[in-house]
Amino acid sequence: MKFAIALFSPPHAPSSRRALRFAEAVLAGGHEINRLFFYQDGVHNASGGVVTPQDEADLPAQWRAFVANHRLDAVVCIAAALRRGELNEEEAKRYGRTAVSVAPPWELSGLGQLHEAAQQADRLVCFGGA
Amino acid sequence: MAKSMLLISRQSPWGGPGAREALDIALAGGAYELPIGILFLDDGVFQLLPKQQPAAIEQKDLGANLQALPLFGVEDLYVCRQSLRLRSLDGQPLSLPVTPLEGPELANLLDRYDLVITL
Repeated sequence: MKFAIALFSPPHAPSSRRALRFAEAVLAGGHEINRLFFYQDGVHNASGGVVTPQDEADLPAQWRAFVANHRLDAVVCIAAALRRGELNEEEAKRYGRTAVSVAPPWELSGLGQLHEAAQQADRLVCFGGA
Repeated sequence: MAKSMLLISRQSPWGGPGAREALDIALAGGAYELPIGILFLDDGVFQLLPKQQPAAIEQKDLGANLQALPLFGVEDLYVCRQSLRLRSLDGQPLSLPVTPLEGPELANLLDRYDLVITL
């Protein structure tokens, strides 16, 4: 089965950890993830700027490794990311900002990517909504 | 055929970007001509009150985005009557033509959609 996974909560929220464990279980079960889409505070899960205490789970690092290892299509909503200061090199240059916190394997793109993924997947599973 | 999506919008208009961002999903879907519905639930019903003055708290008017919904083809709009009643808003004029639903009607609504996002 093909899953689209959307995440709306920040890395320190339990739902972000659950989303990652669910995504791992999807692949371990022989299913497919057609896209991860991070929206609202979920964009911080793609941040390279989060520093987690050593004895706590580093969710952004775990997401990054998971996405890279499985070569997943991983999209961060560009409008939500800009508003929250999560910029890739291109956007930092565009808006004259000094900080770059989003890098590949993450891609910044629009909400159309969420709709496209939801249309093409067998299931859309959301984590961290209201 | 395109899958239908119901957005359940539960956040008050001025508590953060949540309400606006939920609406943006609907508007983006409408732009792609996808069948989108919105259910205003819990504090989300506050988005529907007319004559709000967001400038007083240095916020942009969410009402303009709400009024854009029909222009984007998003016309299936619902509100939870129980949520209105709990906030003493039942019978008040609302800024959009929304269909009030309650109890099993809400369950039926969710059943009718292929996809549901709650924000």
